[in-house]
Amino acid sequence: MSSTSLAIKNITMQFGGIKAIDDLSFDVQDNQIYGLIGPNGAGKTTIFNIITGNYKPTSGDVEFQQETITETKPNLVVQKGIARTFQNIRLFKSMSVLDNILIGFHNHTSYSYLEAIFRFPRYFWQEKRIKDEAMMILDEFDLRKFADKKATDLSYGDQRKVEIARAIATKPSLLLLDEPAAGMNPSETEDLSNVIHKIKKDFDLTVLLIEHDMKFVNNMCDMVTVLDYGEKIFEGKPADAIVNEKVITAYLGDFTHA
Amino acid sequence: MDLSTFLQQLVNGISLGSMYALIAIGYTMVYGTLRLINFAHGDIMMVGAFLVYLAVAVGLPFPVAVLVAIAGSMAVGVMTDKIAYKPLRDAPKISLLITAIGISFFLENLFNVLFGGVPKAFPAPGYLTISFKLGDVILPLMVIVIPVITVLILGAVLWVLFKTKYGMAIRALAFDIPTVKLMGINADYIISIVFALGSALAAIGGIFYAISYPSIDPLMGVIVGLKAFAAAVLGGIGSVTGAVLGGFILGFTEIFVVALFPELGGYKDAFAFFFLILVLLFKPTGIMGKDLERGRF
Repeated sequence: MSSTSLAIKNITMQFGGIKAIDDLSFDVQDNQIYGLIGPNGAGKTTIFNIITGNYKPTSGDVEFQQETITETKPNLVVQKGIARTFQNIRLFKSMSVLDNILIGFHNHTSYSYLEAIFRFPRYFWQEKRIKDEAMMILDEFDLRKFADKKATDLSYGDQRKVEIARAIATKPSLLLLDEPAAGMNPSETEDLSNVIHKIKKDFDLTVLLIEHDMKFVNNMCDMVTVLDYGEKIFEGKPADAIVNEKVITAYLGDFTHA
Repeated sequence: MDLSTFLQQLVNGISLGSMYALIAIGYTMVYGTLRLINFAHGDIMMVGAFLVYLAVAVGLPFPVAVLVAIAGSMAVGVMTDKIAYKPLRDAPKISLLITAIGISFFLENLFNVLFGGVPKAFPAPGYLTISFKLGDVILPLMVIVIPVITVLILGAVLWVLFKTKYGMAIRALAFDIPTVKLMGINADYIISIVFALGSALAAIGGIFYAISYPSIDPLMGVIVGLKAFAAAVLGGIGSVTGAVLGGFILGFTEIFVVALFPELGGYKDAFAFFFLILVLLFKPTGIMGKDLERGRF
């Protein structure tokens, strides 16, 4: 019996006169891969920004593990166990791949400045521990060989993986992926879906992802919610979504050709 | 110029350069993280010197007064960020810059009102003002102490910046503040650390300056601050090692211009800036500045 990881409750988000999200509710169960799909401008990324505390919703609540987190500051949301990636990759560009991962461990070390400056043993133990853990995460993504490379020197597909690895380093229980397959070729996409399945199992994650690629969604997701102009037009199995009349209308010209 | 004069000027140059370097580190770190040229930074050095003066006046022993002054300057630096800069985090950079100039005027005039504009003798204790004589070279104790402490501090700053999680967060801030928050890091706290660290170094620089040129006034930070800023730009703003390098280059230039052309002594400040312009003509990003991409250190 699984319990609810994330509950979106009657969220409405208004930007001036525009309703980006209109009374949206859905639940993500523990260990699900849940898809949030819909045409461009449907309000998917807005939902992510509300969950992570970057936006305050006009009304409604976000509950994570039965606790209301609406309007919690972004850094505190992360500490509760929610991590995200971005549609456009936002790595720390000229830092090394390893450093990009290590930064995710910031809250998982407890040494103080003085311990660092005067090089207390605890500083060394902890730095070594997180370095080992970071390497393990890189192994998971088959990225160890790039550890010392500058993040921007990697291929697009690998940069995406680094971004997901960095999110994993904050030790989340819920991972939000914003269009992880965007801009990838079919083999990279397939590689990515294998990686997501693998990390979900290995790190015991719940995944909420935004995606356009219906084939990818069909392969990945246990459940989907389809948004159009900020309203939920469908919730259910992905296989049922692609034959749903309303979904097809919303997407017409998009995935009917895909 | 004979050898002993040369050596004399060399140690003077190292000492002056160290002071510029200490202050320049603060400019470069704030610029590296917030893309803000913190024009109030030069005045923090003045605050540091005046706090020592005040603490000694109320009867504290000099070493305690120095610690109090450093702590006080850190508090002033962090508060300027919290009160003046933080509300403007998302505002255009030019608003931040003008606010920084405003804070600079505010601090100068506040201390003018509190202490008056007349220069005051700095209460440096006797044991810090002794000199040694090595052949024909006169070595004031501070000329040795200042570079040694500067190098130790530089080592500590670079260690923090490149080998600790705090430094990692500071470097990451330069790229993308919202993403740093999404790593679970309290970005405002890290920015406070940057201001605290920079202000502490500026205060130390100011106290050194006040011991070496033993008078203080509310406007003492203006020209020294400007030259430290020039040093940071010369070295490649955003780079800590560059700032230190720039500080030393400017210190040497200034001392040797006066030594070689005594009749140009009145123009020594102008020469520092002339040199800056010259370097920027050939390397617009400064000596250590690699490119114009965000985040270098």
